[in-house]
Amino acid sequence: MPSDRPAAGWRTPLPTRSLGDSHVKERPVRNWLYKADTQLSPYVYISPFFLLFAVFGLFPLGYTAWVSLHDWTLLSDEHPFTGLANYRELLADPYFWNALRNTISILLLSTVPQLIFALILAHLVNRRLRAKTLWRLGMLLPNVTSVVAVVVIFSQLFGRDFGLINWLLDSFGLGRIDWQAGVASSHVAIAAMITWRWTGYNALIFLAAMQAVPKELYESATLDGATPGQQLRKITIPSIRPTIIFVVIVSTIYGLQVFAEPQLFAGGGPNGIMGGPDRQFQTLTLYMYEHGFNRGFEFGYASATAWVMFGLIVLIAGANYLITRRIRSSR
Amino acid sequence: MTRRLVYLTLTGILLLTAFPLYFSFVVASQDNSALSQVPPPVLPGENLFENIRRVFETVPFDQALLNSVIVSSANTASVVLFSTLAGFAFAKLRFRGRTALLLTVVGTMMVPTQLGIIPLFMLINELEWHDTLLAVIVPALVNAFGVFFMTQYLSEALPTELLEAGRIDGAATHRLFWHVVLPVARPAAAVLGMLTFLNVWNDYLWPLVVLASPENQTVQVALSQLRAGYVQDYSLALTGTMLATLPLLIVFGLLGKQLIGGIMQGAVKG
Repeated sequence: MPSDRPAAGWRTPLPTRSLGDSHVKERPVRNWLYKADTQLSPYVYISPFFLLFAVFGLFPLGYTAWVSLHDWTLLSDEHPFTGLANYRELLADPYFWNALRNTISILLLSTVPQLIFALILAHLVNRRLRAKTLWRLGMLLPNVTSVVAVVVIFSQLFGRDFGLINWLLDSFGLGRIDWQAGVASSHVAIAAMITWRWTGYNALIFLAAMQAVPKELYESATLDGATPGQQLRKITIPSIRPTIIFVVIVSTIYGLQVFAEPQLFAGGGPNGIMGGPDRQFQTLTLYMYEHGFNRGFEFGYASATAWVMFGLIVLIAGANYLITRRIRSSR
Repeated sequence: MTRRLVYLTLTGILLLTAFPLYFSFVVASQDNSALSQVPPPVLPGENLFENIRRVFETVPFDQALLNSVIVSSANTASVVLFSTLAGFAFAKLRFRGRTALLLTVVGTMMVPTQLGIIPLFMLINELEWHDTLLAVIVPALVNAFGVFFMTQYLSEALPTELLEAGRIDGAATHRLFWHVVLPVARPAAAVLGMLTFLNVWNDYLWPLVVLASPENQTVQVALSQLRAGYVQDYSLALTGTMLATLPLLIVFGLLGKQLIGGIMQGAVKG
């Protein structure tokens, strides 16, 4: 927060004589204009964000709760109130539980390695290095590539018949894997895409925090004979705790809403929305999309799904916050 | 760990990072049937231009590129302008509720607004913006990250004395904004603009939902069409991918250093 700095001193007394304003004769009018300008301008300047967020962010999210209590479809003008019926139907649908399992599985497989790799990578780069910019550019490169592009590329790599990874496995005599067909293997492939795209970005965020850790801590630790691994665990991680909490929560929120990766891995279209022919990697957002936009626009039911996801996100992000908060502070 | 080992590890990681992009170029320059060879090709082929022609034939890719340029430029301009305005107010102006409102801005970054997609769709239909670029542009005119980013930058980079001097000369607040704040904000505006351009260019779910007809789609949606289809034509799909990513990579090569600085700066204080 920038609150350590006092805001500009707009209390500066009014100049008795203003330069280049000879057309303003009446001082009271000028005073009034000045007051209106200084008091209203800040609100005018910040209003675009708040207006836009209210109309296109907050209102839709809140209205989702209202829609979820109705039998509401795009095709019918009538939408009777049905109470919690959508939620009951949702919780009774095995496909919903399947989507929930898939989402959690992909979340764990992508977030955990991603954050560990990012920490290690940041630790590696956090020293005097030649070609500093080169390494950092490399770290950000995957994030510049769009999700769609990443999935198309990785779908080729993970292809069953002509994929490069299967060719490698085959030449080591390990046999081919039909990555898309299995539950576990498809989750691994999707997690690989997410990890590839986000590890470097998160490492940069960690690196920024690490650079703020006082160098003397490391120097004295080195004198005491601490290994780099110990330094990472005992000094670096506790010192950048707030950043870790932030990254964990943001990654969790992203991971719980994964959409493009599974949808395009299955090749887009109806198969994509189902997350493979056996729904082996249909995530919650895909499930919501399926009911909201692909099957008769069941807005009420899809909204119930969205609201359950919202609850889940709050719950899991909250739990993650509590877990990461327990990382011991360095001092 | 010895120095040599560090460089070796980093080089390995860099290769791992760059390989998928390199390989997509290899595939994009091959005939689709060449991909079924054993071993698979690892060097670029000669079919690139033929593949590019096929991309433009299969989907209205030129229109999609144009749409993406329009949407991304419009949102870049608006995000930079509105974020700088709000950042100026939060960083340097006095008003009631400033701290609480700034905290609200930061808090909204955690709100998963994607979950409001159904009512947002209904709202867009109500406004009759369905299947128009307005549906994509207007909800993204400004965002919390931009406001926060500019607030951070301006609270440090904008000298209060400069504003006071302007005040004494009788400049109204909007004059100060145009003549004092904007010039100072330029470096941060460039970083924010590039981040915004990237994000909008790469956005997928919302354009997919709201842009129905092929001539209104953005590049990412057009790409997803290349990926669909019964017979998987990877050289086609990856040529499209390359065409959509190359402009970003060129800009990234030119301005990447500043971009990294911006991301890391935002991270420390965030």
